[in-house]
Order: sequence, then C-alpha cells, then structure tokens
Amino acid sequence: MTDPTYREFHPRWLRPRMSTYWWLGKWPYVKFILRELSSIFVAWFVIYLLFLVRAVKGGEVAWSSFVALSAHPVMLTVNVIAFFFIVFHALTWFAVAPQAIVAHIGKKKVPAILIAASHYAAWLVVSAALLWLLLRG
Amino acid sequence: MATRRERPIEPLLWLLFSAGGMASAMLMPALVLLFGLALPLGWIAPPSYEHLRAILANPMTRLVLFGVCMLSLFHWAHRFKYTLYDGLQVQHLNELINTFCYGGAVVGTLLAGYVLLGF
Repeated sequence: MTDPTYREFHPRWLRPRMSTYWWLGKWPYVKFILRELSSIFVAWFVIYLLFLVRAVKGGEVAWSSFVALSAHPVMLTVNVIAFFFIVFHALTWFAVAPQAIVAHIGKKKVPAILIAASHYAAWLVVSAALLWLLLRG
Repeated sequence: MATRRERPIEPLLWLLFSAGGMASAMLMPALVLLFGLALPLGWIAPPSYEHLRAILANPMTRLVLFGVCMLSLFHWAHRFKYTLYDGLQVQHLNELINTFCYGGAVVGTLLAGYVLLGF
C-alpha cells in the first residue's frame, strides 16, 4: 500500500477575485493607478541622474556622448513620458499634503487650501532656484 | 492587526516613502524638464560642462543628491509594492515583492553612494 498523500490546507477567503483591470472605467481609480505608476518614473529618473553624474565625472567626451544619448528618440520618448508622470506625481502629492499636515496657528486650524497653496508656491520657488543655479553658467 | 507587531519597521518605511515623495515632487520636475527635454531638444543654451562639473564638485550638492536619490528610491519601493499588491492582486507573493522592491532600493542607494561619493 502506498502512503497517502496529503494536500496542504489552504484557507479560502470569501472574497471574490476582482478583474486585474478593476481600475479601468472610473476616472478616480485610473487616477489612483496612474499616481502609483508615477513611482516607476521617479525611480527611472534617479538612474538617469546617476548616469548624468557619471558622465560629468568622466570628462567632456563622456558628457557630450551622454547629451547625444539623451537626444536618442527612445530616450526622448521615455523622458517625455517620465516628465508627465513626474509632474503628475508632484501635482497630486501637493494636493493631498493638507491631509497629511494639520497645522495650527494659535488655536485656529490652517485651512487646507492654504497648506496646498504653500506647497505649490514652494515648488515654484525651488524649481526656479534650481534652474537658475544650473543655467547661470 | 498582527502586521504592526511583526513589522516594527513599517513606520520607518512609510517615513522614507513620504520624504522621498516630497523630495522628488519638489526637485524632479525641473530636472527632467531641463536634462530630459530642454537640453536634448535644444530649447535652451546648455549649461557649460565646466559649470556642471563645478556644481557637482561641491560636496554639498552631492550630499543633497545622494539624499534625494535614496529617498526617491524608497518612495518608489513603497509605492510600487502596493501597486503590485493591489493592482495585480498578488498579495501571496509578498516575500518576493518586498525583496524586489526594498532590495532594489538598497542596491540603488549603494550605487548612488558609489557614483556620488567617489566623484
């Protein structure tokens, strides 16, 4: 007689499986997924930046070949998409900032719109400063 | 929830996610616009090589860049993990997903350290 084989017990949840595309068809859900996917492009840009730094480190020839590579159609396409996703990330990130930060002045709660607006303003200032620093020379 | 007791590291990961979200939202749009689009498409006069080199030669720049890289990578890891969990409904693969996401962030951070600290 052969040994009986046992099957491991897998408890099943009473939860119907949803379609992988559950988020399609409703804008708030699509927006949520796009926001989550923006993180891929954030990571991509970190890698791009590190290559840029390495090219600058490598000397003038390495730098100009990096610039040439950045103008390659594939690279440009990726970066155009990355630009839109990263801007989307920034816009949505600052928009929900009031939900994460509850500030008070005296006993009064700072209105949400003011917290969001100050983030957008800071974004503008930081971006301008960054571009000025990089482009002045 | 049991997860809270089993994974006391969770608040730290959330903090990194949050800090990375803020750093990337503040700094990256301008940088992608400049180095990803404006420069290759010739919209503006490019910054000179010497200027870029001088900026990067400053240890403060590299320290800030390192922080931005590390935080942004952990931001990605955290968000992408939940994208996989909820988007594809593969919660049962959580060990693999955690290893891929946070492992990727750690490897990327080490790489950033290597590139930036040895400038």
